[in-house]
Amino acid sequence: MHNLTIKQMSEKLHAGEITSVQLTQHYLDRIAKYDGELNAYVTVTPELAMEMAKQADERLQNGTAELLTGIPVAHKDIFCTDGVKTSCSSKMLDNFIAPYDAHVVTQLKKVGMPILGKTNMDEFAMGSSSESSYYGPTRNPWDHQAVPGGSSGGAAAVIAAGLAPMATGTDTGGSIRQPAAFCGITGIKPTYGTVSRFGIVAYASSFDQAGPMTRSAEEAAWLLNAMAGFDERDSTSLQRDGADYAAELNQPLNGLKVGVPAEYFGEGLDPQVEKVVRDAIAEIQKQGAEIVEVSLPNKDLAVPSYYVLAPAEASSNLSRFDGVRFGHRCEKPKDLQDLYTRSRAEGFGAEVKRRIMVGAYALSAGFYDAYYLKAQKLRRMVRDDFTRAFEQCDVIMGPVAPTPAFNIGEKTDDPTSMYLADLYTIPVNLAGLPGLSVPAGFVNNRPVGLHIVGPYFSEAKLLNIAHQYQQATDWHKQMPAQYQ
Amino acid sequence: MSWEVVIGLEIHAQLTTNTKIFSGSSIAYGAQPNTQACSIDLGMPGMLPVLNEAVIGKSIRLALALNAEIGKKSVFERKNYFYPDLPKGYQTSQLQYPIVGKGTLEIEVDGVKKIIGVTRAHLEEDAGKSVHGILPGMSGIDLNRAGTPLLEIVSEPDMRSAKEAVAYARKMHELVQYLGICDGNMQEGSFRVDSNVSVRRPGAPLGTRTELKNINSFRFIEKAIEFEIARQIEVLESGGKIVQETRLYDADNDVTRSMRSKEEANDYRYFPCPDLLPVVITDEDIEAVRAQMPELPDAKRARYVAEFGLSDYDAGVLTGSRELAEYFEAVLAATGGKDAKVCANWIMSDLSGALNRAGLSISQSPISAQHLAGMIARIQDNTISGKLAKQVFDAMWSGEGSADDIIASKGLKQITDSGAIEALVEEVLANNPAQVEAYKAGQEKMLGYFVGQIMKASGGQANPGQVNQILKAKLGG
Repeated sequence: MHNLTIKQMSEKLHAGEITSVQLTQHYLDRIAKYDGELNAYVTVTPELAMEMAKQADERLQNGTAELLTGIPVAHKDIFCTDGVKTSCSSKMLDNFIAPYDAHVVTQLKKVGMPILGKTNMDEFAMGSSSESSYYGPTRNPWDHQAVPGGSSGGAAAVIAAGLAPMATGTDTGGSIRQPAAFCGITGIKPTYGTVSRFGIVAYASSFDQAGPMTRSAEEAAWLLNAMAGFDERDSTSLQRDGADYAAELNQPLNGLKVGVPAEYFGEGLDPQVEKVVRDAIAEIQKQGAEIVEVSLPNKDLAVPSYYVLAPAEASSNLSRFDGVRFGHRCEKPKDLQDLYTRSRAEGFGAEVKRRIMVGAYALSAGFYDAYYLKAQKLRRMVRDDFTRAFEQCDVIMGPVAPTPAFNIGEKTDDPTSMYLADLYTIPVNLAGLPGLSVPAGFVNNRPVGLHIVGPYFSEAKLLNIAHQYQQATDWHKQMPAQYQ
Repeated sequence: MSWEVVIGLEIHAQLTTNTKIFSGSSIAYGAQPNTQACSIDLGMPGMLPVLNEAVIGKSIRLALALNAEIGKKSVFERKNYFYPDLPKGYQTSQLQYPIVGKGTLEIEVDGVKKIIGVTRAHLEEDAGKSVHGILPGMSGIDLNRAGTPLLEIVSEPDMRSAKEAVAYARKMHELVQYLGICDGNMQEGSFRVDSNVSVRRPGAPLGTRTELKNINSFRFIEKAIEFEIARQIEVLESGGKIVQETRLYDADNDVTRSMRSKEEANDYRYFPCPDLLPVVITDEDIEAVRAQMPELPDAKRARYVAEFGLSDYDAGVLTGSRELAEYFEAVLAATGGKDAKVCANWIMSDLSGALNRAGLSISQSPISAQHLAGMIARIQDNTISGKLAKQVFDAMWSGEGSADDIIASKGLKQITDSGAIEALVEEVLANNPAQVEAYKAGQEKMLGYFVGQIMKASGGQANPGQVNQILKAKLGG
């Protein structure tokens, strides 16, 4: 059943050929069989899943079912889920049972998608490899020596290995697109504000954005339709009334102007990855698109800007984890200072501590102008680069990451090299633009993704381009042999 | 050589909204601990603030009343520090772009008027509070107050005496209540005054200041500042130095004591809150608020003098609170607006006296404005005398109904039939021949004795004017 497309699953569910209970049980069985080796789930929720599957079957029978009713889903463990542990893969929240649902979880519950569990991630979404999880690293289903990317590495791995048909992720600096590329699946980070942040444990609020992680672009469009929508509980939520992210699927690519920035093909890019990406762009061109050269001259400012601003916001967002009301509390605190110091020292991992310190430093008196304000200026320059580029083209294409998935442990001692894994994705978050990763081939049996970035609100267009590409290619249909 | 006192005030006015500034929790005072704190107030993971827009209009009101600049684009920032009653680890406040900018407030001390500068007023959320001494060996946290909307009004260091400081605080207290933006309840902490006090030689740069916090009455604010001025002068004159610190006032001993030193300055790492959009205020928004502005105390006082012919003193008393002024205006309107002085007297003497004795505010008065006006109307049309009116007033206070009901049920209607009064006069004069002789011999004070006797004989109901007139005619004839 896990080899069916979502469209086929939905048709069979609606026709009564299979039930959601059967489908859900099938995935639970696969999780039981394979997740020991992959470590892609932090929490599996069989009882909740089966209960929701039964309810979905009732809807399928009484005619109130929608396209995705009965299709199971896995949520990244950053989405608060009522009654279920929501850990953000941190010891700090190892004991935290959320008493409410994130907006995204509410939306997908309304559709009737049984929740299989919560997927592993970098602690508090801070990382590019899912190795900083308190629960240990997730393995890449294509190669157990390789990382699945991060921070939504668990989500990407469960889709690649067929341990969930659909998954949710979040992307602050590339955390949907980079693991999607490393695991050979499709993922889109929508325009900032498209999906409500309510109930998503905050990392860097002005960047955080949730999105779907699926096998195909068409499926991503359907899941995004269910996830998105205005939410008055998030002040940065956008009114996009009547938006249908599947509306433009099946548009031909004739006349599409694809911008290819020279800066995205410079030093540091693995030549084999470059070849895969250039081949993918050639396929798009073959379908009628026109290639134009564009420039993003301030690309190199993006990573430094991001690694000031995101930690600055994080240092404040993570202050609430103080051992007082919820989360980890140290044993027998001597006094208030001891309670704070030890609870946080014990509850947070190394990368989280590093970013809190960097962020607090950037905001501190005497350094604010030189770091925080300067980084805000760079952010505007990066955004202006895109604005100018989109005067010449409809979308921009390039690599998602400079290399295929690297080995587990390869970069854990070198944070700067880990940060550079996101050099192509971060500029998109700085600008708040939509960006998509689509499977485009392999290098040494490790998947490579094509990055498609568009102007604000161009999700439907990006998804159609990826869909057209997937009509002509089968990279997104491939699965690691042992999980087929 | 003399010392010059320099005082600036920071006033936290709690805004009269139904719910918190960033959540839907109630801000009603006095609830059981933590029963008015939702997931947002608790700073739970993934929770986000949404601005309660009611605070914007209230801030604009204050700005208009202070002739202040209005922040067309004000920005919420995070003030980061750790404290158990601060659930998120930061307080959402405004720093660089406050909603209210520079303005002024005029005060008067001993007949001298002075303009005090207002630096700014910014919106922020209140913290919760720590509760000590209830749980053995532990401190409790009550987050009911966390997220309560505050407007922090910061003055220039323009005040030169404790009296000026208190005059400013009282004026601001009156103003925010008139504006309907704060209930002014100092006991419940709805209006909190922090005083920054320093002294210097005239012409010298500003001295080191101390901050006096948590004083919940104007009287104590004045005493605390007086003490602090004397203390600072004494320290300086004996060669010492003032330490910048927060001091608390001990009312029992009338002294201030050091609470915490500010020498190691906190670094709050302010930065714009990414969860909240800037508050944009348009000219239309401002005009809409302006159209709804109530009459302000100074304008009202001037109108009472010019329009109603009241004295400055009476106008000042009646405009002491918006509720009292509204009560007065309701009584005056219901009596046809003819005799403001009579209405004022009843409110300022009998009613205020009774309310004070009972410990009630004007809005809790057992006698409604309509009932008081009904009684005054019966005096004006001679149905009852001023003396009978006191009885009617007491009965109304006890809840016996309107003046007309009470006059009817108690038979308090005034006797105005001159035949009946004449009969009473003749009876009293006939019963007191010796006193009549004395009067005729020149003891005019006997007149009062006769009036008293006649009124007594009438059971207090004879019209006093007619009694006097008929009595004088009889005695003269």
